[in-house]
Amino acid sequence: MPGNFATASDVIRFLPEIILAVMGTLLMILDPLLHRRSSNAFGHLSILALAGALGGAIYAYLNGGPAFGGMLMVDGFATFFGVLVIVAGILTILPSYRFLARQGAETSEYHALLLFSVAGQCLMVAANDLIMVFIGLEISSISSYILAGYLREDKRANEASLKYFLLGSFATAFFLYGVALIYGSTGTINLAGVNVVLSGPGAPSLVFVGVAAALMFVGLGFKVSAAPFQVWTPDVYQGAPTPISAFLSAGPKAAAFAVFLRIFTTAFAPIGHGWEPLVWASALLSMTIGNFAALQQSNIKRMLAYSSIAHAGYVLVALTARSEVGTAAAMFYLAAYAFMNIGAFAVVSHLSGKGERYQNIEDFSGLAQKQPLAAAMFSIFLLSLIGVPLTGGFFGKFYIFKAALESHLVWLTVLGLLNSAVAAYYYLRILVMMYMREPAEATEAVEPLSPGLRLALIVPAIGTLFLGIFPNWVLDFAGKSSVLLK
Amino acid sequence: MMSAVPVYWFLMLSAVLFALGVAGFLFRRNIITVFMSIELMLNAVNLSFVTFSYQLKQVNGHLFTFFVMVVAAAEAAVGLAIILTVFKNRSTLNIDEVNSLKN
Amino acid sequence: MLDLLWLIPAAPFASAAVLLLVGRRMPRKVVATLGVVSIAVSAIVSGLVAIAFIGSPPPGNAYDQHLWTWIAVGGFHPGIALYLDPLSLIMTLVVTFVSFLIHLYSTEFMAGDEGYARFFAYMNLFVASMVMLVLGDNLLLLYLGWEGVGLCSYLLIGFWYRDPANGRAGQKAFIVTRVGDTSMAIGLFLLFHMLGTLNIQELMARARADWPVGSGLAIAAAALLLGGAVGKSAQLPLQTWLPDAMAGPTPTSALIHAATMVTAGVYLIARTHVLYEIAPAVQLAVAIIGAATLLLAGFSALVQTDIKRVLAYSTISQIGYMFLALGLGAWSAAIFHFMTHAFFKALLFLAAGIVIEALHQEHNIFHMGGLRRELPVAFWAFLAGGCALAGLPLVTAGSYSKDWIIASASPSPALWAAAIAGVLLTSLYTFRLIFLVFFGTARTPVSKQPGVAEQIPVWVLAVLSIVGGSERPAYRPFMAHLFGATPKPPEALSTIAAAAAFFTGLVCAWYFLRGDAPATNPLARFWYAGWGFDWLYGRIFVRPVEWAARVNHNDVIDSMYDGLATLARFVWRGLALTENGKLRWYAAAIAGGTLIFVALVIFL
Repeated sequence: MPGNFATASDVIRFLPEIILAVMGTLLMILDPLLHRRSSNAFGHLSILALAGALGGAIYAYLNGGPAFGGMLMVDGFATFFGVLVIVAGILTILPSYRFLARQGAETSEYHALLLFSVAGQCLMVAANDLIMVFIGLEISSISSYILAGYLREDKRANEASLKYFLLGSFATAFFLYGVALIYGSTGTINLAGVNVVLSGPGAPSLVFVGVAAALMFVGLGFKVSAAPFQVWTPDVYQGAPTPISAFLSAGPKAAAFAVFLRIFTTAFAPIGHGWEPLVWASALLSMTIGNFAALQQSNIKRMLAYSSIAHAGYVLVALTARSEVGTAAAMFYLAAYAFMNIGAFAVVSHLSGKGERYQNIEDFSGLAQKQPLAAAMFSIFLLSLIGVPLTGGFFGKFYIFKAALESHLVWLTVLGLLNSAVAAYYYLRILVMMYMREPAEATEAVEPLSPGLRLALIVPAIGTLFLGIFPNWVLDFAGKSSVLLK
Repeated sequence: MMSAVPVYWFLMLSAVLFALGVAGFLFRRNIITVFMSIELMLNAVNLSFVTFSYQLKQVNGHLFTFFVMVVAAAEAAVGLAIILTVFKNRSTLNIDEVNSLKN
Repeated sequence: MLDLLWLIPAAPFASAAVLLLVGRRMPRKVVATLGVVSIAVSAIVSGLVAIAFIGSPPPGNAYDQHLWTWIAVGGFHPGIALYLDPLSLIMTLVVTFVSFLIHLYSTEFMAGDEGYARFFAYMNLFVASMVMLVLGDNLLLLYLGWEGVGLCSYLLIGFWYRDPANGRAGQKAFIVTRVGDTSMAIGLFLLFHMLGTLNIQELMARARADWPVGSGLAIAAAALLLGGAVGKSAQLPLQTWLPDAMAGPTPTSALIHAATMVTAGVYLIARTHVLYEIAPAVQLAVAIIGAATLLLAGFSALVQTDIKRVLAYSTISQIGYMFLALGLGAWSAAIFHFMTHAFFKALLFLAAGIVIEALHQEHNIFHMGGLRRELPVAFWAFLAGGCALAGLPLVTAGSYSKDWIIASASPSPALWAAAIAGVLLTSLYTFRLIFLVFFGTARTPVSKQPGVAEQIPVWVLAVLSIVGGSERPAYRPFMAHLFGATPKPPEALSTIAAAAAFFTGLVCAWYFLRGDAPATNPLARFWYAGWGFDWLYGRIFVRPVEWAARVNHNDVIDSMYDGLATLARFVWRGLALTENGKLRWYAAAIAGGTLIFVALVIFL
């Protein structure tokens, strides 16, 4: 990369990452200074940082284009996902205030790590170069490994952290091997460059590149919890602090899908027919495994983990379509999913009590009587997860299956629809618990809604409904941004 | 890809090392050893990068190797800390005994 | 001014949402204020919109407010858009204004009820749905509003759900109207499928262009929509639910089951009248249904003992008039009668509510009497409303709208005779009711006089019942705008015949229908039971279904699903085994998956 080290436009286009990294570091420096006074201060500061990053991302978009010699690409696509992961970060912090206070945990490192993780995700979604993808992926992952085990004294959190870390690194090694093979066969690590080589004359043999693509699929499939690389998901979601489970299901997942889309629909577009069967199989497996395993799950965090696997399957259906419509559908779906899932986890976090004692579906008995607002918001999220009209989840599924049909994936569509019918069962079970049972131990003990938690419930609910009632606004933007390579 | 014989051998070595790393992860029970297996896999990939970089007469691969090393170091720091807390809570480093989270 | 149109449905909808979510925690004052003010906003905005619309009519005498496109998928892009033309304007005006008065009345009437917030939430939701139904510019919104009002009607009939009878009445209303709704939904699908658009105006234009008069498709579509209209508007043969719907609180009866929702069928036919013009057979059916219903319900009203059931049958009968007008192609006459009917029928129900409240929930008119002095407000209100209902010539609004309908029936002697006979019946049962309740000797002591919040709506509606429509010159430009053409003045013969029928009924009621006890002869009992329709439907539909349910006690079909559920559990158990918590197993799964994927790439 010859030329200047960094021009002004490079810095502007890199603004969100800079803000997040600087603020994250600042939080750690401030820790000894602020520590005794107020533990909420770090939460406020990190929301401020994320808000700043949000502004930075939009500013960067208005001055968009390639940065650092084409290693980053700030376009509509990057901004869509950048905004998404930053919002996911904010929505994670809102329920964390009460959660951390209840568990008596430190706050500064938590928030700093969260900011670093979001910074990594911002880097991922803008990356146009495999080095950048790798670095972003690792920044995001390493921070989330720690966050998953943030409650050091908690055996479950330890175990979740260990499993996530070991399996995550394991999968990353496969990804890296795939990158090496791509580099060896095409001689470049720039995504656009890979595309040029693969579509040009004298392209390397499909087998070689295909194996590389399969290996990269492993690493990314792991992060988005796509089958058969989903095994870690239930254990980690169950053991991790609940707000972090929410975060994992939204931020890193969306960012990994962004990388997925960027690599597979741009760099690997010329060998689409080669990787399509993989994504097809993975989509079907993920939907089926996720939904059926969730059916009788009694632990709600595990249930949401399986549901997260199933939803990754739906997004993979959109990827299988290999069209711009499919890409836009996946983008829309991930946005809707981030809202509804973070919201659902926020309710779980609210109810779980000290030491996360209450995690069973039975614990939600009679919540509607004790806290109608929480129950109502949870219902919105669950209905959206089912895919009921007027919610974002409905249009997400609608667009995905429409894209799949346009690409003549009739069987995948049929199986996907059957799957979403199965899924209704386990979501509705919670609704029945909340509305038709008498309050039980957990709901009797539930504490009043704090202002932060109230926001953490209402904002995602508004987002979910907004996407269900005004889907066109977001979809238009996604549609425009889905044209990745020209 | 018409590679010269030496390059081919390097790549073979890299693949074998990677496979050894995978096998180590799957068959060893000590968490530290499992962790070292991951390092082995990463370094196998590094070997590939260096080989390709040498073959293509570019620096990109070398660059990538540096980043992989940095990341591996960060992972080691975090990973060892995680392993330490697990050990403190359970007094065991047998990976099969860390299985309280399951269906 | 017209840009404010969206506020008319939005205000009550927002208020309903707030009340449903947090209404239970709010003080009653706040609930009442929110509930009433939101409707007041709607009413005021519709008034402003009406002034703007009449003052400077937009091009084409219609205004389309496109709010946003809900989804855009291929050729299917339903907009959330409102359509204002004279028809929807008059409907919106009446609905919001009458609703406002009834909401005001309810603040006092429902004051002691524990479901105060719930009541206002449902009522607001109802108004929002009704306005949506009327203003929606496409079939989707129309259907949304249609189902919305149905839902609110169900919720409000069964409002006092602790009494199972009320719940059953709600269910009956829901199921009976559902029969019609299904027919209507099929009709809407047919229209969308054949004509390829959801927009109602475009639909009508295309229908006129593509379908010749009397074509099979037009007849099918018109007949299917008629099914929906008949269900919602309680016309033959789906009229049986409305008398039972009186189980709801009286303001509900006034608003939903008299003034507004039950006329949704009238609106539907008026809105799609192009279809009926190209399907003359169905149009004739509408007229015949209307005529038959108005007579049948009139006879039934004559022998009822429950004050609200008299009014319920009277409502069915009056909507019969509107259908008659629709069937005769006199769209404006039907809508005119809708408007006057909304005023006087709401008035009668509100007055009945005052009576019932004053007499400790007494509904039986044979236990009332002599209330002329005890409850003067109710008496004068009833007198005004009753005269308007029966059509006191020259004075009341009701007589003008009814004369108009009778006049348009003059080409067909049979229908004309039915309409005149209907006037006689109306006059008979109306004055029977008034004489029994307000004259004679008092049988139950009065315990409560209406407060201000109940009196204001009653007085306003009483005035409107008298002057709310007429042939006076001052009305002409207004009417011309609202109803398209100026109505042709009723012919002398019709007017005289109607007047004669009115006075005959009045006199006969005084001399023959003031008995102390209800008539018990077989014919009276037959009428009392609503011509035995409930009995008939019980035999034809309910019993066979119950029999089939008994036979299929173990649910043959369901066992198939049990099999599916067992299969799902089996799959679940298998999957649960894979999550055994062992890290090395997980890694093996990942490595195995990788191998399979690599193999897939290589060998496919």
